[in-house]
Amino acid sequence: MVEANPPIDEIAKGVRMSIDSSDMAPAAALDTPEQISADDLVFDVSDLSVYYGDFRAVRDVNMLIKRKEITALIGPSGCGKSTVLRSFNRMNDLIPTARVEGDLLYRGVDLYDPRVDPVEVRRRIGMVFQKPNPFPKSIYDNVAYGPRVAGKKKGLDDVVESSLKKAALWDEVKDRLQESAIGMSGGQQQRLSIARAIASDPEVLLMDEPCSALDPIATARIEELMAELKDEYTILIVTHNMQQAARVSDRTAFFSVQVDEANDRRTGLLVEYTNTEKLFSNPDDERTENYITGRFG
Amino acid sequence: MVASTLGNNGAKARVEDEIFGRGRDLRGSGFRTLLLSCLGVSLLVLVVLMVQVVSDGWSVLSTRPIDFLTGVLRSQPGDDALGISQGLVGSFWIAVFVTFLAFPVGIAAAVYLEEYAKQNRVTTIIDTAVRNLAGVPSVVYGLLGLFLLVKGSKYTNWLFVHPFNWFWKLFKDEAAFQGQSTLIAGGMTLAILVLPIVIITAAEAIRAVPSSLRQGAYGVGATKWDVIRTQVLPYAAPGILTGTLLSLSRAIGEAAPLILVGAITGRLAPRESVLSGIGSFTEQFADKFTAMPIVIVGWIRQPGETFQPAAGAAIVVLLILVIAMNSVAVALRNYFEKKRG
Repeated sequence: MVEANPPIDEIAKGVRMSIDSSDMAPAAALDTPEQISADDLVFDVSDLSVYYGDFRAVRDVNMLIKRKEITALIGPSGCGKSTVLRSFNRMNDLIPTARVEGDLLYRGVDLYDPRVDPVEVRRRIGMVFQKPNPFPKSIYDNVAYGPRVAGKKKGLDDVVESSLKKAALWDEVKDRLQESAIGMSGGQQQRLSIARAIASDPEVLLMDEPCSALDPIATARIEELMAELKDEYTILIVTHNMQQAARVSDRTAFFSVQVDEANDRRTGLLVEYTNTEKLFSNPDDERTENYITGRFG
Repeated sequence: MVASTLGNNGAKARVEDEIFGRGRDLRGSGFRTLLLSCLGVSLLVLVVLMVQVVSDGWSVLSTRPIDFLTGVLRSQPGDDALGISQGLVGSFWIAVFVTFLAFPVGIAAAVYLEEYAKQNRVTTIIDTAVRNLAGVPSVVYGLLGLFLLVKGSKYTNWLFVHPFNWFWKLFKDEAAFQGQSTLIAGGMTLAILVLPIVIITAAEAIRAVPSSLRQGAYGVGATKWDVIRTQVLPYAAPGILTGTLLSLSRAIGEAAPLILVGAITGRLAPRESVLSGIGSFTEQFADKFTAMPIVIVGWIRQPGETFQPAAGAAIVVLLILVIAMNSVAVALRNYFEKKRG
């Protein structure tokens, strides 16, 4: 059974973001927990840590994620941003030693409650990967895959068409839906991956560096597409590209790495999470400033 | 500046002297010659073998090919009906046993090991054991067949003999299979022999499935069963198919285990054709049997002008069968790989 959403004042307990309100113009301020209505609060992450075995890969993740916004996760390599992204739809379950501590509430429900079915989570929270990974099947079968494994048999044609249209791919492929997806260009394959994720009718799309294998033109198309998809979906995107984060996202979380001198282990941590505009123009944390000005990372 | 001045020519000559090849990579060309000669020796051995076998069997193959295929075993030289029909039928049924016993069990075991089993010490030990089993000499499997299936005991019979008796009663009133040197014992022995090979090749094919496919499927809400059914098995199918067909030709060519299990080299009643109905084959299963390699071994041991050419001809037939099966394996793999894209 799904628990009822906790009341807002409960969510509000404890300030979770390092925002110094005196630094910001009121209009640019990130909604405080009180300001996000229950309907708009998709994820409520508090004190999340992800472990691989005994090793804590990332810690101190506190984020509120609002509906129909694009949230970017940036930071240097090894800072755990992909690890965090993958914990949002329990893809980390596929790594036997991975586990999380802390709370990751989706619509008020703890995603790591033992009663939660990870398969159902992934239907609501779809994922697009770094490298385009079309299945070695036809374009049609790729898009219809999610609905089919969910048991849907009728109306697949409509789902495929509307998903491809939303992914801005329909006009390019409508005459060759039965051809193999392997022959498409990288940019088309990545938009196909997005169409495939959309076809399961998710609420959230997680994108793990979706443009890192694409050329600038294909990248621009994906970015345009994200701006359109924002009308309907909540999007979390991991990116190496700070310009991309600045261009597409409403909010940005900056992750950094802390090296433990004793055993040379690198633990990622969330340094700052705020409005994209503020983060790139007037960050509160010195580490953020150093990173976005190119002084480290 | 004019290019043909003396100074420039001198510079050009120096550069030419430095960068023109001298053809002096002696060690490289020596290595290449060594590799080529190794390949040549291997091919030469193969050609000599083929020529020898074909010339040995030519007198039979050229004069009475059909007669040879339909003829029967016997131990004395004399009349002309000497042939390999029983060997062909026996090898066919052994192939059926391997296909229906070793392939499903082996592939299922591989799927479990790769997809479901936790990676810990137990699975490492099992993995190593399976690899070692694939290298065990085939005679050892013959001994296993001899003690488990031919001699049997009241414990092992529950596993290896009684199930066949229940199967039997579907077709016959009386329980016919009591262990002993029957086609069932021979077929099962060879099925057990190739089982580790099937598991290893299938597991390797499954391991080669790109993780991006699994992740993509999990990422849109597929269950583990969905992922195995719609991604892993279709992608691994060409590799599994090739491995299993190659192990089938191994089973067809094995003689040693069948000798221990008690295949017939001498006189054997004519086998009925594979196509002559369920009644005839259930009888054959519980009867004495022979197979192509056994026929060949038997004839080579016989002295005289009759048996040596027949052995050569039988080897040619067996080689053609095995080559045909391997070609089918390659063709099917190419077909499925192309289809997979």
